[in-house]
Amino acid sequence: MSIELGHFALILACAIALVSALGGLVFWRSGQRLAGVLAQSALLQFVLIAVAFLALVQAFATSDFSLALAANNSHSLKPLIFKISGVWGNHEGSLLLWILILVLFGALVAAFGRRLPADLFNLVQGTQSLLVAAFGGFTLFTSNPFARLVQPPLEGADLNPVLQDIGLAIHPPLLYAGYVGFSICFSFAIAALISGRIDQAWARWVRPWTMLSWTFLTLGIAMGSYWAYYELGWGGWWFWDPVENASFMPWLAGTALLHSALVMEKRNALKIWTVFLSIITFSLSLLGTFLVRSGILTSVHTFASDPTRGLVILTILAALIGGAFLLFALRASALRQGGLFAPISREGALILNNLFLATAVGAVLVGTLYPLLLDALTGTTISVGAPFFNLTFGALMAPLLLILPFGPLLPWKRADFVAAAQRLAGAAALAIFLTILVSSLGGLSISLAPLGLLLGFWVAFGSIAEVIERSRLGRVPFSESLRRLAGLPRSIWSTAIGHLGLGLTVLGIVSVTAWETENVTTLNPGERAELSGYTVSFEKFEQVPGPNYMADTGRFIVTAPSGGTTELDAERRTYVASGMPTTEAAIATYGLSQFYLQLGEPIDGTHVVRLWYKPYILLIWIGALIMAGAGILSLTDRRLRVGAPKRATKSVLEPAE
Amino acid sequence: MTMPQAVRRKGWSRKQKRLGIIVGLGVVLTLAAGLVLTALRDQIVFFYSPTEVVSRGVQPGQAIRLGGLVKEGSWQREGQANTFIVTDGATEIVAHYNGILPDLFREGQGVVAEGAVGADGSFDANNVLAKHDEKYVPREVVEALKAQGEWRPEAGNP
Repeated sequence: MSIELGHFALILACAIALVSALGGLVFWRSGQRLAGVLAQSALLQFVLIAVAFLALVQAFATSDFSLALAANNSHSLKPLIFKISGVWGNHEGSLLLWILILVLFGALVAAFGRRLPADLFNLVQGTQSLLVAAFGGFTLFTSNPFARLVQPPLEGADLNPVLQDIGLAIHPPLLYAGYVGFSICFSFAIAALISGRIDQAWARWVRPWTMLSWTFLTLGIAMGSYWAYYELGWGGWWFWDPVENASFMPWLAGTALLHSALVMEKRNALKIWTVFLSIITFSLSLLGTFLVRSGILTSVHTFASDPTRGLVILTILAALIGGAFLLFALRASALRQGGLFAPISREGALILNNLFLATAVGAVLVGTLYPLLLDALTGTTISVGAPFFNLTFGALMAPLLLILPFGPLLPWKRADFVAAAQRLAGAAALAIFLTILVSSLGGLSISLAPLGLLLGFWVAFGSIAEVIERSRLGRVPFSESLRRLAGLPRSIWSTAIGHLGLGLTVLGIVSVTAWETENVTTLNPGERAELSGYTVSFEKFEQVPGPNYMADTGRFIVTAPSGGTTELDAERRTYVASGMPTTEAAIATYGLSQFYLQLGEPIDGTHVVRLWYKPYILLIWIGALIMAGAGILSLTDRRLRVGAPKRATKSVLEPAE
Repeated sequence: MTMPQAVRRKGWSRKQKRLGIIVGLGVVLTLAAGLVLTALRDQIVFFYSPTEVVSRGVQPGQAIRLGGLVKEGSWQREGQANTFIVTDGATEIVAHYNGILPDLFREGQGVVAEGAVGADGSFDANNVLAKHDEKYVPREVVEALKAQGEWRPEAGNP
């Protein structure tokens, strides 16, 4: 019964969204009365989709196999948490989660955006509802999650074992919150284009939504990377897989958008570009979601392989993205430009940031789509792998990282490069010193490693240079420094912390790439192996039954160079329902470094064991967490909470800071 | 916050500035495009089935990916030196691989090997790929098998 209720709620939500879309986009001039109706509609859509989603959750949690989706993707022996996360571990359910987050963001704008000008609000809600109607319709007509089976099976077919992990409970919701959050920026951009009005108040509205989505996307990508690292058992954390690229491109574009919206908010410049980026970012999110889901790419993320679905998705995408760009082409000239500035200024630095990030998006896009296009057009199959991306992406990121610390130190409008360079001299000296120190201690295996280290240290120290300078540390009493630090605006803190996180991630990447060690060997219980000063002894091998799998478990003891020992269990699981095997790697953490052990298949009675030592690998994800933390810190800024949404009357020339 | 002391008055004119920005953008974009094209030429790896390796006359030493099925009964091991035959039903190529093969390497199942054709026409693999899902066969292998009429999913193949 609850299934039918959920189905009905989804249909009703789509119908309401369709009406809202028409009302909002056609009668946007109708003012506050329409805004009130649209706000209620947005809240109602959220409630209805939530009901639909909960109906699915209930069916999965109670193992109701009369629901085709549950029968195909669930199993009664699964732990409850995996039953629930299994709701979105399939094409139909993940679409519904996507729509749930879409309406959640719409409802948030309705709840917090009542002070928006009515025209803008109506257009934003109209566009948002159009998206709900399009994807809700797609779900209903091609991927109905509520289909029943006439003869329910006694047991479900189970979920892909790789997905039976806590990662599935966290990674997709975070990633989707990021992807879908950019829909708000998209809707704001469409609203700006249709109404022809765009100003600093617009940017002040768009930036927190960008920041929120970007924060979620950062967390989602980092979580996905760590999940792949520990679950797939290959020891890698990033593969330049098309699926990863699909989430990385919106992240890059979103990062560019954050920075260009900053220019627009402060200086009323870069309007057209910011609108363009808003559209691009969400378009890349859409492309990402549906490239992954359409079955064009083969991966663990691919659930749908029904070609008609792929075609419908492509049509919807073409209509939405094409429509947005058509609107952009027709209306962009109506947006007036403002805010002049010299090439060397904070605006100039942020433009360079955007230039490199946008070019990087282009490079990744080419590398991701070129094989697909070539295959579709000529039938030639090629693989564009890590070397392509490392070369192009690396070459584009190096100059970006080099100029990054200068940006926050340059004043708006026009700046003195030499003065900024002088303030960074300390950070540069420290970075060079540490690079030489580490390089001489660590021994070099790749010639680019010192350059990478230098960039990482430079970004990390350079980004906190301003904070330290403002505290006048060393020049005034320590308590005075602390008082000054506490008084710094949050925007300065979040900039410094975000960039610091990026620097740490770069350091982690360089360290693992340059100094990782690997040992693949065969071991029997009782034997030992060595790697980078760590000794591994294979204690015993046994079979242990799990809730819905059988596990071959190897017990290992790792002895660190310092003498401490850690007991580890590495498993090979075979799942009962599907017969599919997975490996569970054993990981021991030493500070920021990890020792990674994977138990391979037995060959002729002995066991293949793969060992990796990954120095400072945790910095990669810690850096990402710090970046996300900076995003949250920025969202708590007082500016955003107090009196923000006030339309700037006449563009008053602000004095340079 | 310190103001920069000497902001030059006689800077560029507005036109020159705009020109400067456009030239700067052009240079970066050109460099990036050049980089992408060079990388595409040098870093992409073509995927071939055994039949295509022969029909396209792949040069010895050229890095390719070879995909097909591991022929039943063809896998021989001596320590870590592995020899097996990759087939698409029509053509067979002997492949050599030094090292421990991935877990899901099986006779009769799909395989993708990265490496180059040697002077004697056999394939020297420096990497052998297999996925952790037993049902999973690389899409390229499926296509290659379909092209040879060897794709029989109903027979549990591969």
